[in-house]
Amino acid sequence: MTQNIEKFDVIVVGAGPAGNAAAYTLAKAGKKVLQLERGEYPGSKNVQGAILYADALEKIIPDFRDSAPLERTVIEQRMWVMEDESYVGTTFRSDRFNQMPGNRYTIIRARFDKWFSEQVQKAGALVICEMTVIALLRDAAGKVIGVEVDREDGKIYADTVILADGVNSLVASRAGLRDDIKPAAVALAVKETIFLPKETVEARFNLKGSEGVVIEMLGSISQGMAGTAFLYTNKDSISLGIGCMLSDMKAQNTTPAELLEKLKQHPSVAPLIAGGETREYAAHLIPEGGYHALPELYGEGWLLVGDSAGFVNAVHREGSNLAMTSGRLAAETLLELGEKGLPSTAANLARYKARLEDSIVLKDLKKYRNIPDTLHSQRQFLSDYPALLNGAAHEFFTVDGQDKATKEKAIFNAFRERRSLLGLLGDAYRLWRATR
Amino acid sequence: MMKVEEKLFQNRYRVDADRPHIRIKNESVCNDGCVSRACVVCCPAGCWSFEEGKIGLITDGCLECGTCRVVCDTHGNVDWNYPRAGFGVLFKFG
Repeated sequence: MTQNIEKFDVIVVGAGPAGNAAAYTLAKAGKKVLQLERGEYPGSKNVQGAILYADALEKIIPDFRDSAPLERTVIEQRMWVMEDESYVGTTFRSDRFNQMPGNRYTIIRARFDKWFSEQVQKAGALVICEMTVIALLRDAAGKVIGVEVDREDGKIYADTVILADGVNSLVASRAGLRDDIKPAAVALAVKETIFLPKETVEARFNLKGSEGVVIEMLGSISQGMAGTAFLYTNKDSISLGIGCMLSDMKAQNTTPAELLEKLKQHPSVAPLIAGGETREYAAHLIPEGGYHALPELYGEGWLLVGDSAGFVNAVHREGSNLAMTSGRLAAETLLELGEKGLPSTAANLARYKARLEDSIVLKDLKKYRNIPDTLHSQRQFLSDYPALLNGAAHEFFTVDGQDKATKEKAIFNAFRERRSLLGLLGDAYRLWRATR
Repeated sequence: MMKVEEKLFQNRYRVDADRPHIRIKNESVCNDGCVSRACVVCCPAGCWSFEEGKIGLITDGCLECGTCRVVCDTHGNVDWNYPRAGFGVLFKFG
């Protein structure tokens, strides 16, 4: 290394939730931080549903509510199990979410990420946009000592590199730090942002002020693929999207754009978006391989955070909170090493994993470690049961000449025919095992 | 039904003319060696086509998701990069 080259304590690659959380925490504590982002502005390449989980951000910026661009406070959560013409749903709506500080908010990522990045810069980090990291620099012993960017003389040095470069994480996989993602460990989600007058959103969803609703959907909309859909209310728009595992998408003939169109035309969804104007169409991969698909999380001079580490809890639709939490924990690990005068060796960075294991990130991923396999091998949960449930509800709520005992019998027989008695018991057991 | 082209028309792009960020390593692998051509079905932006026995790729509407690279796991025939810094899709909402 030449002496006149500027050297940073930490280089953070990427300005999404994970990278911003890491850069903010480090800069706030006085570290010399360089954050590199390939987009024109932070957020211009980032896609999410999107729900912001307050707790994860509160631990980084306690007063974020004063300035962050939030859309709506989620006070109602709906779960829809769908068939082509119907859904069976549950709803939890509570005014307590109005009384306490907001717990979940809908956000628009391009706006939110811009705000988060402003906080990072105010905290003292140097943020450079329109700069793509193309490789990692290593010393003779293989330790990561910096990055190379797509500019002339593009070598920049640091004690530690935090890779927050998202689900594709080209930098990490090209450097051999992790394998490329596999189709069975990733979902492809597509989304439209559909604009409607604020009053229309509020009337259609029974909302006042800044209240918001989220709807999570599964069943026939994914056409037998492992997948879910979502509808989130923003101030004057609706985010509507659907995602399916790529391994399933590969094995059929419907394009993602068509899947989204079919969702928009579902008789229960269409009235909610009627008259709306689509102003953006986005797509994004979501690492849903869970605990068993996690790559190495740290090594000599480097750490993986957020989507590049595969931190997504597919069952609870949580990812951005795990991204922020992992970014913060990576930063706190480096601050601890700094205080103790320890270098960023793999042995010392093992403390990052210990912190993750002690947090929501790895505790929740571990709890659901068997879910991806269960959903891949046990298709009945995504196709048979939604159909059976909707069939049962239709039978139950159609008043005709049939007596109720006969109706109950017909419902039970439908379940038994499709899954058999042993199958039903087995499914209950499999579901319990996969989630315990 | 809203076509994918109509969806993409709503997006903002800064196209890097004549410098596609995704390339096919060997077209004959797609044309003759691949049966599934999952890229054509799975690409959310409809960038990939297969017509008259020939694979086609136009990256102007690319959403930079990475799907085509990931679904080509058996052949590994997609040379996938991000667009040059500052180019490509510019999400207004994300």
